[in-house]
Amino acid sequence: MKNIDAALHTRGESQYVSDLPKPAGLLYAAVFASPVAHGEIVNIDLKKARQHSGVIAIFTARDIPGENQIGPLIPDEPLLADSMVHYIGQPVAIVVAVSPEAARKAVKSIQMEVKELEVIVDPRAAFQKGEIIGSPRTFELGDVDSTWDVCDVIVEGKCEVGGQEHVYLETQAVRAIPTEAGTMTLYSSTQSPHAVQRTVAKILGIPSHRITVDVKRLGGGFGGKEDQATPWACLAALAAWHLQKPVELVLNRHEDILMTGKRHPYSSDFKIGLKKDGTILAYEVRHYQNAGASADLSPAILERTLFHSTNAYFIPNARIFAVSCRTNLPPFTAFRGFGGPQGMFVMECAIAKAAEVLNIPREEIQRKNLLKEGDEFPYGQKAEAARAEVTWDKAVKTYDLSAIKQRIDKFNQTHFEVKKGYALMPICFGISFTATHLNQGSALVHVYTDGSVSITTGGVEMGQGFSTKVVELAVKTLGISPERIRVESTNTTRIANMSPSAASATTDLCGGATIRAIEQILSRLKRFTAEQLSLEKPDEITIQNEQVLYQGKPTGWDWKELIQRAYMARVSLSAHDFWAPPGIYFDRTTEKGHPFNYHVYGTAIIEVTLDCLRGIYQIDSVHLVHDLGRPVNKLVDIGQIEGGLAQGLGWMTVEDLQFDEKGRLLSNALASYKLPEVYFTPEKIDITLLEKADNPRGPYGSKAVGEPPLMYGIGVYFALRYAMRAFAPDKDFPFQAPLTPERVLINLYGDTKSSSISVKPQSEEKEVQPVSGK
Amino acid sequence: MTTSIRFLLNDQEMDMTVPPGLLVLDLLRHHLEKTGTKEGCKEGDCGACTVLLGELTDSGMHYRPVTSCLLPAGEIHGKHLVTVEGLNLNHLTIVQEAIVNEGATQCGFCTPAIVVSLTYGLMEKGANFDDEDVKYVLSGHLCRCTGYASLLRAGKLIQQKAHSLTPSATQSENILQLIEKGILPSYFSEVPEKLKRMASIPPGNGHLPSAKFIAGGTDIYVQEGESLPDLAVTLLNLFPEMKGIVQKGKNLHIGALTTFEEFAAHPLIQKAIPRIKDYMLLNASLQVRNRATIGGNIVNASPIADMVILLLALNAELILTETSPTQKDKPMRRIRLRNFYKGYKKLDKSPTELVKEIVFSIPEPDEQIHFEKVSKRRHLDIASVNSAIRISLKDNIINQIHLSMGGVAPIPLYLSQTCDYLSGKELNLSNIQEAMEIAQTEISPISDIRGSAEYKRLLSRNLFIAHFCELFPDQFSLKDLLNIHG
Repeated sequence: MKNIDAALHTRGESQYVSDLPKPAGLLYAAVFASPVAHGEIVNIDLKKARQHSGVIAIFTARDIPGENQIGPLIPDEPLLADSMVHYIGQPVAIVVAVSPEAARKAVKSIQMEVKELEVIVDPRAAFQKGEIIGSPRTFELGDVDSTWDVCDVIVEGKCEVGGQEHVYLETQAVRAIPTEAGTMTLYSSTQSPHAVQRTVAKILGIPSHRITVDVKRLGGGFGGKEDQATPWACLAALAAWHLQKPVELVLNRHEDILMTGKRHPYSSDFKIGLKKDGTILAYEVRHYQNAGASADLSPAILERTLFHSTNAYFIPNARIFAVSCRTNLPPFTAFRGFGGPQGMFVMECAIAKAAEVLNIPREEIQRKNLLKEGDEFPYGQKAEAARAEVTWDKAVKTYDLSAIKQRIDKFNQTHFEVKKGYALMPICFGISFTATHLNQGSALVHVYTDGSVSITTGGVEMGQGFSTKVVELAVKTLGISPERIRVESTNTTRIANMSPSAASATTDLCGGATIRAIEQILSRLKRFTAEQLSLEKPDEITIQNEQVLYQGKPTGWDWKELIQRAYMARVSLSAHDFWAPPGIYFDRTTEKGHPFNYHVYGTAIIEVTLDCLRGIYQIDSVHLVHDLGRPVNKLVDIGQIEGGLAQGLGWMTVEDLQFDEKGRLLSNALASYKLPEVYFTPEKIDITLLEKADNPRGPYGSKAVGEPPLMYGIGVYFALRYAMRAFAPDKDFPFQAPLTPERVLINLYGDTKSSSISVKPQSEEKEVQPVSGK
Repeated sequence: MTTSIRFLLNDQEMDMTVPPGLLVLDLLRHHLEKTGTKEGCKEGDCGACTVLLGELTDSGMHYRPVTSCLLPAGEIHGKHLVTVEGLNLNHLTIVQEAIVNEGATQCGFCTPAIVVSLTYGLMEKGANFDDEDVKYVLSGHLCRCTGYASLLRAGKLIQQKAHSLTPSATQSENILQLIEKGILPSYFSEVPEKLKRMASIPPGNGHLPSAKFIAGGTDIYVQEGESLPDLAVTLLNLFPEMKGIVQKGKNLHIGALTTFEEFAAHPLIQKAIPRIKDYMLLNASLQVRNRATIGGNIVNASPIADMVILLLALNAELILTETSPTQKDKPMRRIRLRNFYKGYKKLDKSPTELVKEIVFSIPEPDEQIHFEKVSKRRHLDIASVNSAIRISLKDNIINQIHLSMGGVAPIPLYLSQTCDYLSGKELNLSNIQEAMEIAQTEISPISDIRGSAEYKRLLSRNLFIAHFCELFPDQFSLKDLLNIHG
C-alpha cells in the first residue's frame, strides 16, 4: 500500500496548521525572547511596542492566570520568564497584532534591561559548579574495578559530540480558537497533543476537559515537537484566552532555531580494557550531558544514553555514569534516538581507539563482542531473539566485506591525495518508552452504516507513515478494502491521556490498540452473524475481501450487508480499546529491570572517499542489513530507514551546531546550519531486510522502525577516520563529532600559523597503559 | 508605496495593487490562499516555496524555478506565476505519481515545491531528462524526511515516462508535448496569448529612480526582508537593458543584472571558463542562481562572494553609472574590480551609482582559469575559503597571473603581492612554495561560523596548492609542495 497521504502531498492539498482556512478576526502573535543568556530582569519596557500600529496586546508572565510552569518532568521551566532569564531565546513576552509582520516589528522595539550573570555553556564546567539536573545515574554490571588487572590492554579517551538541529520543514505552529463557555480548541503541530492539553489547562488554571487539541499532521517532528511544541501552544492559548479571539503563532525559521531545543551535545570519558584477541572485558564511561537551561526531557534522554552505552555488544563488566548538566543554552530536547546515539558513539570511539592500539581492524573487536542470546545488558535485561550476529554476518557476506577492504586498501596504496575508508556499524536499540507508564496506546473505531470505517488513535502522523500503517493493520484485521478506512486527526476529546508519538513505539502501541478495538467490533459482528445464520462456531467466521466466510466458505453476506443488518439489530459498531505491552518494568533504585519490549538490530557498512588536500569528502555507499521483524509496510519502513540514516550521516559530518561562550547560537539560520541535500546523498544505498524475523511482541510480527536507522550514520565517522589514518598513519586524532571538513583538515595537518606545516606523528603513549606482565 | 501589477497566476488573470517589495510568498499565502507554496526558511535555503516564473521571449514561453521568498511582487508584472495548484490535473501527473509510488514523500511539507521543480525539469529537458538533471532540479530543495534516495528513484520513474516524448530544443515545444500527454494542464498553451493581451509594459519606463535598489534580491531579502515591503524600492529587473552578455573586441561585457544561471549557461562564458557549470553547482541552488545577479554579488561586497572571487582573478573591470538626476552630467566611470573594495562592505561607489556592466578580457588560448571552494557542505553552501586563478605561461615562465581569495580578509581579496612575486618567474616548486608563504602574509582570516582563523589559513594554503596541482598535474603534487616524504 502507498502512503495514504502521498497523493495529497504532491498536489499541495495537505493542510498544515497555517494552511487551515483562517477564522474571522484571526490575530497573530510573535515572541519577544531574551537577548542574554543569563541574568536578572531589571525592567521590561513595552511602551514603544504598544504604540506600534496593528498591535492589539502584549502579555508577560504577570498575565498568566494559572501556573507559570511548563516543565514536563521537573517543574523548573516558566512559560514566560518572570524575574530571571536563563538562555538566549527564552520567551519573555508575547505580542499580538493584526498581522505577523506588525507583531514582529513591535517585538523588535521591546527593551529589556538585564543584570547579566555568569554564563555557562560547557557541561563539565556546569558539573563542577554543581549545576546538575536530577541526580547522576550509574548502571553497573559485573565488577569493573577488579577487571582492569586482568586486561591485556587498557585504553582511555575523551569524546565530544555535537548537538543537532531538527529542521522539521514546518516550523513550530499553533492556532488557538476560543470557543463558548471558557473552552478552547487548539490546532497544534505537536507530537504530544495531551501534553499541550494538560499544560495549556495548567497555564490557564482550568480543567483539561475544557481544552481540545486537534492534530491532523506535522510537517516533520523528529522529537523536536515532542515536548517543545507545548510552549508555543500555551502562548497562543494565553493570548486567545485574554482576547477571546483566535490567535495564530507560527515561529519563523530564525525564531525556531533560536528559541527551541535540539539534540544534546555530550562530553564523555571512556576507559576500555581488552584481551589481546579483542575480547572486551571491561568498559567504564562517564557522560556529561549538556541539558541546556531547564530539564525538559533531559533526564529521560540521559536514561536512554545509559541504556544504550554498550550498543550491540556484551561487556561483562561495565560501569556507566551519566549526569545531566545545566547550562545557559536553550533546553536541549528529544531528537530521534533520544540520547541513545550519543552513548553508542562513545562506545564505538572506545573500540576504535582499542583497535588502533592493538593494531587490529576495528571490526574484529566489534564482531567478537556482539550480543548473543541470553547476554545481559548492564540494566539487567537479557538479550532475547538477539540478532546482532546474524545481521552482522549477513551484511559481511551479502556485501562482501573482504572485497571492499581489498579494494579500499589497494586504492589507498596507489593514491596519495585521496583516500578511501570504510566502517561497520552494528546497532541495537530498545523499543519502549523507558518511562514504563507511557507504554500505553488507545484507539477509537467507528463503523458507519454504509460500511465505511473511521479510526482515531493516540498517534500523530508526522511523516513517519503511522496513518498508513494503521490502515494496513486495520485492513489485515477487518478483511475489507482500504478505501473504506479513514484515519482521523488526533484529538484529545476522542482519545484521552495519550502518550507522545515518540520512542518509535506509536505503531506498536496505537496500532496494537487499533487491532484490539477492531477485534471487539468483529467479535460482536461474528456473534451476531452466527446467531442470524445459525452457525455453531462464531470463531470460524472470517471476513476476507469484504466477504463474510464461515469455515472458509461464503455465507452469502458481504461487509455492507453485515453492517446494515448489525445496525438494524442494534449491535454496537463502535469500540474504544487500549494496548499496554506486558512484562516491561524498570526499578530506578537498583537500575535493573526489563525496560524494553524488544530490541531492533542491524548492521551497516559505510564507504567514503576523502580529499586530503581540501578536507572534503563524499559518502560512496551505505550497505545495511536491518531487522524489521515482519514489516507491516515495506515502502514506509524503507523510507524511515533511508531518512533516519541521512539524519545520522548529517549529524556526524556537516551538521555543525555552534554556540559561543556567551551562549549565542552561531549556526542560527539554514545559511549557517547545513543539512544533507541531494548531492550529499550516498551514491549507493542498499538495504537488505532480515528474513524470517518474526517478532511476537509487535503487531503482526513487525518491529518498530523510526529511530534505530539513524544510528547507522555513526559509522561514517569511523569510515572517515579510517581514510584520515590512511593519509596520516602516525597521527592520533581526537574524537570530536561532527567531523566537518574543518576538523578533517586540522586533524590531518595540525596546528599552523604559517604555511610551513608538516605532518608530524604524535605520541599515543599518554593514552595507553600497557599492563605489565600480560 | 504601492504599484499596480497584472500577471497570470496559474490560469487566472490577476490585477492587483501591492507594495512592490512585498514577497511573492506572502502574496500567495496570505492574500491569494495558495497554501501549496510553503514557508520553510524565508531565505532561499530550503526551496519549499519554489514557484515557476514564466516570461514571454522571442522563442515562446520560458519558465524558471525561483524561491518566492526572495521574489518581489513588483517583478511578476506581465509574467506567468505557476504554483503547485497550477500543475494539478484531475489525475496525478507522472511527477506526482512517481513520488507516490516511490514513497518519496513523508511529512509532505517540502513535496509541493519538489513537484514544481521536477515538472520544470520536464519542461526544460523533456525526453532528455536524466539522472543529473534530477539532481540539478532537486538541489535547491531540503527534505528532512526521505534522505533523497526515494526522490532519486522517483526521478528515474519520471525519466522512464519521459522517454515517450520527442526530443526537442525549446521549452515551448516540450510544454506542448507535456500538455498532449496529460502532464501539464492545457491552459499552458494559452499563456503566451494571454500575456500578450495583458500587454506588459514595465512600469519603470526607462527612468531609474534612485530609491532602494533591488536586483535579484537574494541577499537583501535575507538581510532586510521584513522592512522592504514598507520601503520605496527600485526593482532593477524592470530595466532589462542591464542584462545580457556581449563580446566587444577582445572583451566580454556582462550586464550587471545577468543572473548566475544565465552567466554559466552562456556559450561565450563557457568558452572563456570551461568549468563554469561545475563551479556554479557549489555556489547556490538553481532557484537562487536564477535570481542572484553578478552585479548584486559584487555590490553586496561579501568577503566570500563566489562570483567576485572568480571575477577578481579574471581581472575584471566595472562600469558604473550615476542615477541621481542632479549628477546626470557625470560620465560613466570605469574601475578595476580589485580597487572597488575599500573595507568591510565599503565600496568605491556613491549611493546613487549603479554597477552597470562587468568587463573582462577573453582568455587567450594559453591562459588557464581555475576556481576552488571549500564549504562545510560540499554543494550549495557558503565558502569557508574560495580562490581563483588566471594564469598564462610562456616557456614555463609565468607571463601573467591573477590570484584571488575569499573568506580571508574584510574584502574579497586580490593577492597582489603574490601575483607580483610570481609574474615573470619560472613555474617551479621553489617559486610556488615561496609564493605560498607570501600569500599567507597577505591574508588575515578571522574565526567565525565558517571556520576558525587557523583553519582558514590552512585551507588557503591547500587551495593555493590545489590550483597548481589541478592546472599543472605533471609538475606539481601535494606531496612535493608540502615536502612530505614517505
